[in-house]
Amino acid sequence: MFAVLRIALRALRRNILRSFLTMLGIIVGIAAVIVGVSMGTGAKAEVDKQIAGMGQNLLVVMSGNMARGGVRGGFGAAPNISPADYEALRREIPGVVAVSPEVRANAQIAAGNQNSFVQVSGVSSDYASVRSWQFRSGANFTEGDVRNANKVCLIGTTTAKTLFGEGVDPVGQIVRIKNAPFTIMGWLAPKGVNSFGQDQDDIVIMPYTSAMKRLSGDTMFRSLSVQAEGPAIIADVQTNIYELLRQRHKIQPGRDDDFMVRNQQEMSDFFNANNRIMTILIGFFAGISLVVGGIGIMNIMLVSVTERTREIGIRLAVGARGRDVLKQFLTEAVLLSIAGGGMGIATGFWLAPLLTKYFQFPTLISNDSVIMAFTVSAVIGIVFGFFPALKAARLDPIDALRFE
Amino acid sequence: MSVPVIQLEDFRKTYITGEVEVKAVRGVSLSIQPGEFVAIMGASGSGKSTMMNTLGCLDRPTSGKFLLDGVNVGELNRDELADLRNRKIGFVFQGFNLLARTSAVENVELPMLYSRPPIPAAEQRQRAMESLALVGLAKRYDHTPSQLSGGQQQRVAIARGLVNRPKLLLADEPTGNLDSRTSIEIMGIFQELNDKGITIVMVTHELDIARYCRRVVVMRDGLVRSDELVKDRFLASEELAKLDAEQKAVQLT
Ligand SMILES: Nc1ncnc2c1ncn2[C@@H]1O[C@H](COP(=O)(O)OP(=O)(O)OP(=O)(O)O)[C@@H](O)[C@H]1O
Ligand SMILES: [Mg+2]
Repeated sequence: MFAVLRIALRALRRNILRSFLTMLGIIVGIAAVIVGVSMGTGAKAEVDKQIAGMGQNLLVVMSGNMARGGVRGGFGAAPNISPADYEALRREIPGVVAVSPEVRANAQIAAGNQNSFVQVSGVSSDYASVRSWQFRSGANFTEGDVRNANKVCLIGTTTAKTLFGEGVDPVGQIVRIKNAPFTIMGWLAPKGVNSFGQDQDDIVIMPYTSAMKRLSGDTMFRSLSVQAEGPAIIADVQTNIYELLRQRHKIQPGRDDDFMVRNQQEMSDFFNANNRIMTILIGFFAGISLVVGGIGIMNIMLVSVTERTREIGIRLAVGARGRDVLKQFLTEAVLLSIAGGGMGIATGFWLAPLLTKYFQFPTLISNDSVIMAFTVSAVIGIVFGFFPALKAARLDPIDALRFE
Repeated sequence: MSVPVIQLEDFRKTYITGEVEVKAVRGVSLSIQPGEFVAIMGASGSGKSTMMNTLGCLDRPTSGKFLLDGVNVGELNRDELADLRNRKIGFVFQGFNLLARTSAVENVELPMLYSRPPIPAAEQRQRAMESLALVGLAKRYDHTPSQLSGGQQQRVAIARGLVNRPKLLLADEPTGNLDSRTSIEIMGIFQELNDKGITIVMVTHELDIARYCRRVVVMRDGLVRSDELVKDRFLASEELAKLDAEQKAVQLT
C-alpha cells in the first residue's frame, strides 16, 4: 500500500503543473462547498443565537395570522389581543412563569438639546426577564409603575449614547417623550444588531399602560411574550394558549385563528427557510463545478494512461496483475482529487472569514462540512478515476510493450 | 529425465489483423531441459519474438500446447499468467524496457513490488542491490536509465530479470545494439548464471554470439529448421582476454 502511494505521488510530482491544473476544478468546487455551507451555517447560527437571546422557554403570541393574510397578515396586522386576553392568559394557563404584552410606538425623544426618533416598547414588568434584558445600571420598573402608568422608562445603549454621550450613565435623568417627562430607571446592556440589520439597542422600554395612555392611544396589544416554566411543558402551554384565545376570540371550529403562537424552534425554522434555499443553490453550483473537476481528472488520467502505456506494459510483463495496475491509477486519481479537495478546504477556510470581514456575512465552517467535502473529493477521484484505471488494467502486455 | 522447463507441442500462433491472417509460428515442438542455454536464431519475421513472448507467458498459443515446468500455460487466466511471469521467469527485452526517470535499483525492485506474498521494502532493496552486484553495476544503483550507457542499461534489465530468482531467463536479442566487447561481457554474465543452473533461452541474430550458448535452434517462416548442440563453444572470459590482447597490439603499433 505504501509502495503504491509512493509510486502515485512520484507520477503526480513529475507533472506538477499539470496535476495542479487538473485539481483546479475540484479546488474551486470544494471551496465553493465549504464557503457556501459556511454561509448557510453562519446565518443559521446567527438566527438561532438571536432567537435564543430573546429569552428562555419563550412563546410569542402575535396578532394576525400568516396563514390567513400572508406575511402582511402576520407582521402588519392590526393589534387584536386585548388586555382581558392578557389577564386571562396570566390567570388560567398553568406552567406560565411570566407574561408581558407589547405595544409599539415611534416617538420623538429629547434630553437637553439632543433629540432623536426612537422605537418605544410598552411592556409589563415581566418583560425584562422574559426577553433576557440585562441592566448596565439602575433597575426594572415595578408592577406598581405599570398599574399607575407612571412616567418611567428603560433606555437602550444606543439611544442613551445619542442623548447623553458615550458611556454616560443615564439613570435618574429625565427624557421628554412626546413632550412628557419620563424618568430613566434602568440602562440596558447591549444586545447588538440583529440579522435584519436592526440595532436592538436603539430602544426605549416603558410600562405598557404608560405607552398606551400617553403615546399610542392603542387599546389592544400587538403581541404577548410568554415564558413557560421549562422546555418540557412548552408544547402544552402553547396548546392551552391556542385553546384559550380561540375561545375568547370566539373562533368557530374549522375557521382560521386571528392570532399565532410561535415557540422559538418555529421562529428559527421560519427565519432559516431562506438560508436553506440559498444553501441548496450554492450546493448546486458547487456540485456542477465538482462534476466538471471530476471530468478534468478523468481526462488527464486517460491522457496519462496513454502516455504511460509502455510503463504499464513493463509492469504487466514483470508480473503485475490487472488489479495492481488498476490500484495504481486509481490511487493517482484519488490522490489528485483529495489533494484538490484539501486545497479547496484550505481556500474555503481562507475565503469564509474574508466574506465576514468585508461583507459582514456571518460564516461558520462546521466540521461536518469539512468531512463531507473531503469524502466527496475522494469519491470523485474513485468515480472519475475508475474508467481510466480500468482501461490501463485491461491492456494486453504485449500490445502495451509494442506501443510507441 | 526430469520435467522439461519448456515443452512446446505443435505450438502455433496466428495473428489476425483485420482481413489478413499472419501465421507467425506454424507448428513448433521443442523441449528444453533445466540447465540448458539455448540460442534461437532466424531471419527477421521468422517468429522468434512471437515464440519468446509465449515462452515468457506474455501471450498464449493459438493452438498447440505450452507446458512451463509441467504446467499447461494455455489453460491459465490473466492473473495466473502474471503470477508465473513474476515467480518463474526473468525476461530481458530487446529494447531494455526500463522505467524512465527511475533509478537502476528501483527498476530492479519492480518485479518484487508484485510478489505474493509481499516482500518487505528492506529486503527488496537488499535483493535488488545483490542482483545489481551480480551484473557488476552495484556502484551505479542510483543512476536513471538516461544516465547509463546501453550496456549498463542492459545489465540493469538482466538484474531485474534475475531479482526474483527465476528458473528461466528469457532474453530477446540481449546484445542487439551493443558493441562487441559489451556483448561478450553480457554473454559472460549469462554463462555464469547458466553455470549456476539457470535455464537460459535467448534470441540472437549473430552467429558468434550464438556460439556462447550450448544449443542453437534455427527458425524459418515459423518453423524450426535446425536444432543442434554448439561445437567449439566460446567462453566469455577467454574471448575477452583475446580482445584485450588485440586491442593492446593495435595501440602498440
Ligand atoms: N501483434 C502482431 N500482430 C500482427 N502480426 C504480428 C504481430 N506480432 C508479430 N506479427 C507478425 O508475425 C511474424 C513474426 O514476427 P516476430 O516478431 O515473431 O518475428 P521475429 O522473428 O522476432 O523478427 P525480428 O528478428 O525482426 O525481431 C511477422 O510477420 C510479424 O509481422
Ligand atoms: Mg523479434
